[in-house]
Amino acid sequence: MRTLHKFHGGVHPPQHKAESNGLPIAPAPLPKRVIVPLRQHIGAPAKAQVKVGDHVLKGQMIGAADGYISAAVHAPTSGTVSAIDLHAVPHPSGLPDLCITIEADGEDRWIERQRIDYKTAVPDAVRHALRDAGIVGLGGAVFPSYVKLNPGQQAKIKTLVLNGAECEPWITSDDMLMRERAAEIVEGIRIMAHLMQPDEVLIGIEDNKPEAITAMQSACQGTSFEVVAVPTLYPGGGEKQLIQVLTGKEVPSGQRPINIGVICSNTATAYTVHRAINHGEPVISRVVTVTGNVQKPQNFEALIGTPISEIVRQAGDTSHYIMGGPMMGFDLTNLNVPLTKAINCVIAASPALFPPKPAAMPCIRCGQCAQVCPCNLQPQELYWFSQSRNFDKARAYNLFDCIECGCCSYVCPSHIPLVSFYRFAKSEIVMQDREKIAADQAKERFEFKKQREEREKQEKAARMAEKAAAATAAKAAAAASGEMEDPEAAAKKAAIQAAVERAKAKKAEAAALSPSPHPSPVEGEGAKNTEPT
Amino acid sequence: MLTAILVMVLLAVVLGAVLGFASIKFKIEGNPMVEKIEATLPQTQCGQCGFAGCKPYAEAVASGQAAPNLCVPGGDNVAKSLAELLGVEFQPVGGAEGAGPKPKMVAFIDENTCIGCTACIKVCPVDAIVGSSKLMHTILINQCTGCELCVPACPVDCITMEPVKTDLAAWKWRYPVFELKKAA
Amino acid sequence: MSSSPHTLTPGSSVGSIMLLVLAALLPAIAAYYFFFGPAILISLALASATALAAEALMLKLRQYPVKFFLSDGSAILTGWLLALSIPPLAPWWLVVVGTGFAIIVAKHLYGGLGNNLFNPAMVGFAVLMISFPATMTHWPTPLMLAQHPISIGEVLQYYFSGALQGVNLDAVTMATPLDTLKTQLSLQHTVSEVKNMPIFGSFGGKGTEAIAAMYLLGGLFLLQRRIITWHTPVSFLLALTLVAALFNGIDSSRYASPLFHLFTGGAMLGAFFIATDYVTAPTTPLGKLIFGTGVGLLEYVIRVFGGYPDGIAFSILIMNAAVPLIDAYTQPRVFGHDSGVKS
Repeated sequence: MRTLHKFHGGVHPPQHKAESNGLPIAPAPLPKRVIVPLRQHIGAPAKAQVKVGDHVLKGQMIGAADGYISAAVHAPTSGTVSAIDLHAVPHPSGLPDLCITIEADGEDRWIERQRIDYKTAVPDAVRHALRDAGIVGLGGAVFPSYVKLNPGQQAKIKTLVLNGAECEPWITSDDMLMRERAAEIVEGIRIMAHLMQPDEVLIGIEDNKPEAITAMQSACQGTSFEVVAVPTLYPGGGEKQLIQVLTGKEVPSGQRPINIGVICSNTATAYTVHRAINHGEPVISRVVTVTGNVQKPQNFEALIGTPISEIVRQAGDTSHYIMGGPMMGFDLTNLNVPLTKAINCVIAASPALFPPKPAAMPCIRCGQCAQVCPCNLQPQELYWFSQSRNFDKARAYNLFDCIECGCCSYVCPSHIPLVSFYRFAKSEIVMQDREKIAADQAKERFEFKKQREEREKQEKAARMAEKAAAATAAKAAAAASGEMEDPEAAAKKAAIQAAVERAKAKKAEAAALSPSPHPSPVEGEGAKNTEPT
Repeated sequence: MLTAILVMVLLAVVLGAVLGFASIKFKIEGNPMVEKIEATLPQTQCGQCGFAGCKPYAEAVASGQAAPNLCVPGGDNVAKSLAELLGVEFQPVGGAEGAGPKPKMVAFIDENTCIGCTACIKVCPVDAIVGSSKLMHTILINQCTGCELCVPACPVDCITMEPVKTDLAAWKWRYPVFELKKAA
Repeated sequence: MSSSPHTLTPGSSVGSIMLLVLAALLPAIAAYYFFFGPAILISLALASATALAAEALMLKLRQYPVKFFLSDGSAILTGWLLALSIPPLAPWWLVVVGTGFAIIVAKHLYGGLGNNLFNPAMVGFAVLMISFPATMTHWPTPLMLAQHPISIGEVLQYYFSGALQGVNLDAVTMATPLDTLKTQLSLQHTVSEVKNMPIFGSFGGKGTEAIAAMYLLGGLFLLQRRIITWHTPVSFLLALTLVAALFNGIDSSRYASPLFHLFTGGAMLGAFFIATDYVTAPTTPLGKLIFGTGVGLLEYVIRVFGGYPDGIAFSILIMNAAVPLIDAYTQPRVFGHDSGVKS
């Protein structure tokens, strides 16, 4: 028996898993139109590969990975591209984002699928296949998996952790996937293990999912993979928390698990890895829990890009919809948003299920938030600094180690929206940092320009002197020889020389001003302006 | 009497030595105030304060030759932090009514109208305009500080200031609504 | 649009916490009534009424929603803690002045709920102690009350007229056990001689030791309900015990036993109900340990070497002043870090 470790704090919110895990995963009906956002992952949005009017096949790449941290997106069904424009997307801001809209032709015809023999292929080829299949972490962070599965210069990977904890209440999509498709998940884990060559593979599942544990255990028979039942305690499915529970190691602040020789990936991601490598199918669908105040709470396997309104059949009295779980999810402003890779759950909320929150009172420093914080932060201090906009202090008290799990707000007897304050403070600090970088850059460029102008002035003066000297000399020569063409030729020569000089200066300048690695706040905007539309 | 005088003299010598040592050991190079002020300024290099760039303005403010409320792009926020830094009373930018932080703007060149005269390139303090003589110019949006110096320079008025639109990458969480006090 | 988390702990609120703390005080109040008669009930009622009135007035003046904040129970708790700390049989203005000062000055002028630096009940106590020292040291004793039982009517009569017909008040009230011990020790009596006096019980004061035991019981209830953590009471009582044991070991004729110190005066009330006050105590575990230890040591020093019979109010107020500093220097190590706060 493996010794498990504990993380600090944690809460036990009501589970509400039984509502949706009673029925098998059902395929969602083929939508008439799919809307595929190009930004479905952390990092740079994918670059559109199709034009309006193009006919695409199911599984065809319609957006290619743009840069290192990026992933491809694919046509979820066959049809015609009808628009590439801004469309509402599931995001707490409610802002639209660039999406490719495809009118389905109803044939659902696949593109030619190419499977890869990962055992014989070079690892980089497998990783590229993962990138081009649009594999991202399906646990919610949607980090491109091919980046994660690249050990790079790191020393040996000790542990590969598969996250099947699913600690958020209401959500059962990973649970059902593990129950029904354990063998395929294990195939995916094999591929990951082949790429990373870890010493051990641990599959962490919270002990409130006995069926999933049994299914995974029997699928792991004959492998070295170990299924570990971890205690049910929110947020035990947080990457850092699960790693701590299973290995006892803490991921250092600001670093990734790979820095301590651990890779953590969601079980649903492992499933998509298997589909991509062994079947050549990119990520064009996912399992999503539809629960809460709906007619029939259930898990659906739905195409990416399906409008949420087509999956959710709400019962009466629904007040709003929550995307994700109740602890970390956000309110949906619009039901016409498409399903994306990040969405594992849609909860129809009614006043009975999610009563309106009572009015907030002042913080009484009871410290219950500090007792449940899985990062051992002092939320009451962070709240104090965030609400007074004392951002330097908030940063010094390690605001950026907050994982926004919501435990502090959940227990707060004063009902203070603590996490909202942390999000506010974090985004303000990020923006301030970006502005600072932009200001530093502007200053540098300004000083460079001044320097250059100074130099040009001097050069011009030198040229003038030279020219004057040449003119005098030419005049003297002309006076001597009586020929008229010479001064003109000399002037031409000088002009060419000056042009060469200028080009050289420009080149040097260009080299000095090569784009900075820090993205500025307007980068996305800039990219859009230059896009041919 | 003599001992008292001796003690006092000795004390004076020792303390004087300590002070002298400290002044050498902890000497601060340059004027740290200028750097602090400059770090507060938005570095648009727009010259709206009447100085040729942010650094000259910072130097003028540090030496007391300029008021701390002249930075138009920085608005009242910058004026406030400068006043705090200098320990003077805050005065709003541009008179009594004050000026809030303006929405961030960037220059936009109407490329159909541009005649390629390079006039704007010459005035841009941060080299954020690219183009060549008789060729259309364009703005490097990421480098533009929104100083507006290029707008009057254009002989055909093809440069306009456009507000930077909020997109997903630049979106910020708002301050949570948290009203304890009701207007009674 | 509401933000995550979308669910909150059911039933958790400031009001419910205050209610639990009030409930935890009930056994002690029952014991109080049993040994010292009905005066405490009048005192508690008067304190509650004053606290609510003062709170409502201040909320109104500060333009806060009155009903919403009045129902949180924090004002009543302040009133109760003060009423339990001062002599129950006293003129009405004593508890009114104390509670009013606690709520108006110590709580609301410092920013109201959650913002006050000093414990309001203890500020009220200190004000009374300094302003009316004679009234504050006259406590009814169980022995004499047994001979002259005082009815509620008589208590009310005393409260509002300041005299009691047919009863010599000096006969039913006297100094507390702690006060008596201090006075007698200064008259060169030994601890064992003093403790043979009738007001002393088996290890504390007669009656007061039972009340202290009930505070302990209520405190254990709060610990079990996770309203308070063990850090403050344990470090407080441990520090008091250790320092008392040290002096008792040096000279047992001049210094009372640790048990006596634990079960007399405000030690138990202070350890479980006052030093654990959220607003005015540190929030970090290490900070709570330092705070509790500090209060325990100061409590002993003031009791034994200081000018006042009991030191709970002053020791807590002194440590309150140090709370921001304690919190700043005891930040726990954050997940994935080597230390707490980055410089």
